[in-house]
Amino acid sequence: MHALEPGRMPWPGSLARHPGGFEAVNWTRQLRREQMRDVAVIGVGMQKWGELWEKPLRDVFTESALLAIDDAGVDKIEAMYIGCMSSGLFAGQEHIGSLMADYLGVAPIPSLRVETACASGGAAFRQAIFDVGVGAHDIVLAGGVEKMTDVDGGGATYALSTAADSEYEVYHGVTFPGLYAMMAVAHMDRYGTTRDQLAHVSVKNHKNGAKNAHAQYPFEVTLDQVKNAVMIADPLTILDCSPITDGAAAAIVCPLDMAKDLSSNMPIKVLGSGHATDTIALHDREDIAWLSAVEEAGAQAYKQAGLTPSDIDFVEVHDCFTIAEICVIEALGFFERGKGGTGAESGETHMGGRIPVNPSGGLKSKGHPVGATGVAQIVEVTRQLRGECGDRQCPDAKIGMAQNMGGTGGSSVVHILGTV
Amino acid sequence: MSTSARYWREIPQRYRLEAAKCTSCGKIYFPPRLTCRACGKREFETVVLPDTGKLVTYTVIRVAPTEFSDQAPYAVGVAELDNGVRLTAQVADVDFDELKPGMPLKIEFRRVRDEGEAGILCYGYKFVPLR
Amino acid sequence: MEGSEVRMAGIIGYGAYMPRNRIKVEEIAKVWGADAPSYKRGLMLQEKSVPSPDQDTITMAVEATKYALKRAGIDPVKIGAVYVGSESHPYAVKPSGTVLAEAIGAVPEAHCADFEFACKAGSEAMFVCMGLVDGGKIEYGLAVGADTSQGAPGDALEYSAAAGAASFIIGKNDGVAKVVETYSFMTDTPDFWRRSYMHYPRHAGRFTGEPAYFKHVTGCANGIMQKVGMKPEDFAYAVFHQPNGKFPMRVGKMLGFKKEQIEPGWLSPTLGNTYSGSSPMGLTATLDVAKPGDMILMVSYGSGSGSDGFVYQVTDRIDKVRDVAPKTREKLDSDKVYIDYGTYAKYRRKIRMGE
Repeated sequence: MHALEPGRMPWPGSLARHPGGFEAVNWTRQLRREQMRDVAVIGVGMQKWGELWEKPLRDVFTESALLAIDDAGVDKIEAMYIGCMSSGLFAGQEHIGSLMADYLGVAPIPSLRVETACASGGAAFRQAIFDVGVGAHDIVLAGGVEKMTDVDGGGATYALSTAADSEYEVYHGVTFPGLYAMMAVAHMDRYGTTRDQLAHVSVKNHKNGAKNAHAQYPFEVTLDQVKNAVMIADPLTILDCSPITDGAAAAIVCPLDMAKDLSSNMPIKVLGSGHATDTIALHDREDIAWLSAVEEAGAQAYKQAGLTPSDIDFVEVHDCFTIAEICVIEALGFFERGKGGTGAESGETHMGGRIPVNPSGGLKSKGHPVGATGVAQIVEVTRQLRGECGDRQCPDAKIGMAQNMGGTGGSSVVHILGTV
Repeated sequence: MSTSARYWREIPQRYRLEAAKCTSCGKIYFPPRLTCRACGKREFETVVLPDTGKLVTYTVIRVAPTEFSDQAPYAVGVAELDNGVRLTAQVADVDFDELKPGMPLKIEFRRVRDEGEAGILCYGYKFVPLR
Repeated sequence: MEGSEVRMAGIIGYGAYMPRNRIKVEEIAKVWGADAPSYKRGLMLQEKSVPSPDQDTITMAVEATKYALKRAGIDPVKIGAVYVGSESHPYAVKPSGTVLAEAIGAVPEAHCADFEFACKAGSEAMFVCMGLVDGGKIEYGLAVGADTSQGAPGDALEYSAAAGAASFIIGKNDGVAKVVETYSFMTDTPDFWRRSYMHYPRHAGRFTGEPAYFKHVTGCANGIMQKVGMKPEDFAYAVFHQPNGKFPMRVGKMLGFKKEQIEPGWLSPTLGNTYSGSSPMGLTATLDVAKPGDMILMVSYGSGSGSDGFVYQVTDRIDKVRDVAPKTREKLDSDKVYIDYGTYAKYRRKIRMGE
């Protein structure tokens, strides 16, 4: 390991390109591995997602938090991290660390909102595991919430657009679907990825989501329906895009060696965690058709876990748009660069395939309450590993991965969890 | 949503394409920044971007944000200017069928958005095909 | 004319810009049940330019000025005055000229003002720049005539109200055309006007002809020709304000000019009436074909009413800079796309949108 001089900040730039390699700049290593406790997930919960007209922001979160607390069977929590992209723009409410601690009845515990656009949930989970890992607390709730239907379509589009470059992308009238559509055009132009291959991702995820009781849209769609749906930004139709959703999810984490005392659930161990950033604007990326923040966050998680892509039994990825899933599975090393389009088309990423992707139905079918998504991925991975998924179960699931992403890939958080 | 100050301070970039070139390693930033991402140095000189380039990728926005809803559908793209700098803008005066990666473009000064009926008018760069 | 060379301002650079969109007279007539052939014959108009929603007086002024700067070959920082003349300035209060000045880098040391006087707002900007240069107050002046005027739906003016811009850089030395003389002729004549908060202008029908356009254009043309002691046959070219195709040809004939002298600058049949851009754009098209030594007469007309007159003498330098930027008639004829009335109404914001 190349030691970093105490107090010297590593210069910004890709971790992979730093002369010292990952070791030189990986902050988690600086905490000295021997002192970090292993962390387990002992409880998870989420309500059915959708347009929850009757539930205000505070109840949407509290409901899922209580489900997770009940699932764990703990009688207290000691700290809370809440992923939420913008309760301010969507619901006129900031300071939700305090709001939720109040409504969950757990004040005065420390409670914090975590934000990195659509990867806020994954980032909240990462903060929770650091908290437990360094020994600050023993029982921590990692939650995520977004209440998106209190603003109209224009308001939601605006709030989401703040994840992009507001002065140099959004100013010009580019939308989120527009940015991903440009990524798709670049991928199709460079690698010959086809319109059908994009649509297959949506068909697969809806097929999986049709079996998920918590999904917003639990129904199947056909290839033709996807291709002929209303065009949002060429070539993406509305069925290539994840929806506007209200929802929350929560997970309870504790030190692995306390899990059996705190909960009767099978403990699920956190094997690896990674987090990386990239340029905010799509036009500043080294390669518009490649998600290097995902590659880096994934590499960190694999390294910490001592695993490779072939060790992963299934993965929940951030399919905010069909093209996103294709680019993510390449960046995570499940498919060669440029070949991600073959995944859903060939069946390799279907249930029962070589690497099942989004057994929950993904963002497309399950819904995408932005700040909650990353935590919902942890909920799904945990349930799969526990063997609780019924007719959506990945057989013999022992190691699962969750990949969460912000904006057009400006940030990504990856976790690997496994049975003990 | 552009307030006066937010719009006004980007005028050198939006009207004149003023960028910053790192005096140490030569990397060019648009918009300018305080520190070089490549070499870490903090000294820059002003350079003006070239006004021709080619299209890297594009899409047609059919469901637009509120301020742009009366302009939909419109094309947007990422262009690479002749000096390698890339930026995002609308592609104007183009048939959507003409759009393809590599097509030559030039920059024109256009009215990008109006802040409603009574707010400020926001100008800036757009791409047009170089015919 | 020899002795006044030291004092004489000239056009150092020029450029014109028009949007690509065109709508045909037939397309407009179809919607209003009008007789297209008689409009085409009566007004000598075939089609007109239409600005896209992202184009306005300011954007066209910037693009035309970029061409003028290419021909002038000067550093914009030396421009001492920036004037935009229009009857469709994008703001009611806030100058167009400041945006133009920032866009070309002529800030902060320049005088700036927006001009208006119906269709002669462009020529009056030129007139004032020439005076400032002659008087030694500024080294270079920038004068633009640009408009995206509206005509009321179904009204005669809807067939001709078009969009375009012409930009001139005026200075002392190295001009492509010397300004030999200027003259102005003006009275209070309410032939065409628009009141505050009204969307569309109104006009006084046939009164806009003889007592308005013809009286002032002939008054100005005769006045300036007398001042310089020249006759129509002494000129290679004449450019008159072009509210339609017919008027400039008729006034030319009345004054004793031949069709061939007017034709190079006669853009209105396929461009429409670009209002403050009208005779200025005609001048750019004329400079595109003029030869060293040619004398050019230009007479603008602005309702309300008045005409600015100019006599130019083309210099050797025209041959060096003519091709450095797009030629007006080439752009007009080649780079265009036809739109239907619905698209036209959408672009011109004539459709009532949701609140």
